[in-house]
Amino acid sequence: MTIQQTTASAAAEAVRELLRGHGAVAMAGAAAGNLVSQTAVTAGPVSPVVTMSAAADGTTPGTHASHGSAPVAPPSGMRVPPAAMAPRAKKRNSLLWPGIVVALAASLVLFGGKGGWISNFQYLQLSLVLVYAIAVLGLNLLTGFNGQISLGHGAFFALGAYTAAVLIDRYNVNYLLTLPVAAILCFVAGYLFGLPALRLEGHYLALATFALATAVPQILKYRHIEGLTGGVQGINLVKPDAPFGLPLSPDQWMYVIVLLMAVLMFWIGRNLLDSRPGRAIVAIRDQPLAAITMGIDTARFKATTFGISAVYVGLAGALHAIIFEYVSPDSFRFDLSVAILVGAVVGGIASLPGALIGGAFVQFIEKYADAATKQFTNLVQLPIELEPWTIYGILLIALIYVMPGGVAGGLATLIAKIKRKRSVS
Amino acid sequence: MEQLLQQIASGLASGAIYACVALALVMIFTATEHLNFAQGEMAMFSTYLCWQLIQFGLGFWTALAIAAGLSFVIGVLIERIILRPLAGASALSVVVVFIGLLAIFHSMAGAIWSHTIKSFPSPFPEVSFAGSGIIGPHQIGMVVVTIAMLSALFAFFRFTTLGLAMRAAAQNPTSARLVGVNVDWMLALGWGLAAAIGAVAGAMVAPVVYLEPNMMSSILLYGFAGALVGGISSPGGAVFGGFMVGVLENLVAYFGNLTEKTFGVYIIGNGEKLSVALIIVITILTLKPAGLFGRVITKRV
Repeated sequence: MTIQQTTASAAAEAVRELLRGHGAVAMAGAAAGNLVSQTAVTAGPVSPVVTMSAAADGTTPGTHASHGSAPVAPPSGMRVPPAAMAPRAKKRNSLLWPGIVVALAASLVLFGGKGGWISNFQYLQLSLVLVYAIAVLGLNLLTGFNGQISLGHGAFFALGAYTAAVLIDRYNVNYLLTLPVAAILCFVAGYLFGLPALRLEGHYLALATFALATAVPQILKYRHIEGLTGGVQGINLVKPDAPFGLPLSPDQWMYVIVLLMAVLMFWIGRNLLDSRPGRAIVAIRDQPLAAITMGIDTARFKATTFGISAVYVGLAGALHAIIFEYVSPDSFRFDLSVAILVGAVVGGIASLPGALIGGAFVQFIEKYADAATKQFTNLVQLPIELEPWTIYGILLIALIYVMPGGVAGGLATLIAKIKRKRSVS
Repeated sequence: MEQLLQQIASGLASGAIYACVALALVMIFTATEHLNFAQGEMAMFSTYLCWQLIQFGLGFWTALAIAAGLSFVIGVLIERIILRPLAGASALSVVVVFIGLLAIFHSMAGAIWSHTIKSFPSPFPEVSFAGSGIIGPHQIGMVVVTIAMLSALFAFFRFTTLGLAMRAAAQNPTSARLVGVNVDWMLALGWGLAAAIGAVAGAMVAPVVYLEPNMMSSILLYGFAGALVGGISSPGGAVFGGFMVGVLENLVAYFGNLTEKTFGVYIIGNGEKLSVALIIVITILTLKPAGLFGRVITKRV
């Protein structure tokens, strides 16, 4: 064994010591059973269940032979209990259910058309759900898995949307080609914004991104880019028709495109998190110091994660511009960043399926919150008419207390409880 | 030249408001290391309270005093009920709760008082005096009131036992607890004071920017910028920083205007106010996160 390796393993040993407590706590929590209520106050938005599955993804593959020599050896203390490993063994089958869901979602197109079951408007709604789900997934990657707080992801949404709109409207670029361009631009912008943000942690990063989100509408109205952006008026687009003479309405066609994009982005996201860089991303969130000790280039990973996250949100923005057929500076105010954040927290901040729940939540609260608050106002006979933002706010605070893992985390806990009861009886 | 002086004077006046907001932010930060993103909306809500009291027929100063008192109570309640259980929670939880508070205050103000823009009376008489071409009576009033409030706060923290206890609780909670300071309540008092300062700042700036639920969004950002410039851990620095970004903001607009007139090139103007704040925030955070007067915090690992 060379000297280098010796020091590396000595460091790993030290980290193991460090982490042993952490793992033990996690296991004790799993044994105790009532995870959420126990840690709701102290553990923050990541429910123990989510943390544990992340830890499972993050560390168990490290024991694999091919990673044996890597400095990212799994600390023994963080080894997960067998119960948490079970879903991993079943991974081969786990493709089945997502496959069925995707096939069902795709087959929805068959029910549309003139006089069909699903109106064009409903296709638009479904597409928007998926678009927001992609955006929420982007924020999840950054905030949930990497631990960097962003209140400004609306900015990258805007960048993607305007890239698509400007290219289509001013340069007659094919709408599909605008997506990779938006992705590249957003990656560069996100990476560059992530670089100074590296020095910032927690609240400071939140502040920097907060400032970004607040300034976005003004930046979009900047006089010298008015020729491109159309200033306050924004840009009107026309939804593309289905190619090859397919018997689909534009809304149906865009639904197919958005669905494909969503599947692609979720697939990439899952593979990313399952990969070695993905484990590094999670390690930086859980144990920043240990991650550095293990030889992870924290700075590069953080900035890159910021860039990747911006790609997700930017693509969502571009798709939004195309299906919504309109961009304007005032659609990208701070509210949008808040909506994405709310979606992430509601769905489950460190959960991929949670992103889909979050996306649905963002879209439907946008659509139905007004009506729901009106009904609620009438029901309780309030003297004033509540606004959707009140619901946002109350929900955010309540979730942090009651269900820090979001809906996905809550469901996971519930399923785990049911399973445990079954195995006992 | 007179225009430049005018700009500096009005920069100082808006700087006074930024200084108040920055101070409120710093008070909460030094005690809890939280950046209160809801500070601006809380101040806006307090301003609406004040406006409502004036509508009920109260005089300006009575209304302001009552509104500040109510805000103090609201601030204390928020700390006790919402934030106390989150002590020791991750930064993300706290930030999310602040965003939740922001959303609640914003929408409640809109729901109760509607989103239409309201004018807000100025308590200062419209008189002309020597130099009134450069600075208006309301602007002087703003600066005077702010400085009076800041002096009172300084005296409170410097010369009273309660102020000393609050400083102790913020600087070293463990030792403060050992000598019998009720640290929890000191934090709540800090929140209350911050909310009350916000109420005064809101009522002072409302006659200028008019009363509407969005009135504080850019002011909050400048408050953050001011607090960062001065050093987020230093109250005096935050006040100085607030005045500084106020003047800076107006000078940027002035020189932007000047270059446009002389060279015919538009670079920057009033429309880019928030971008200027963004640039200040990012620059300070990147180059000198401790600010001008803040102490550099070293962490033992």
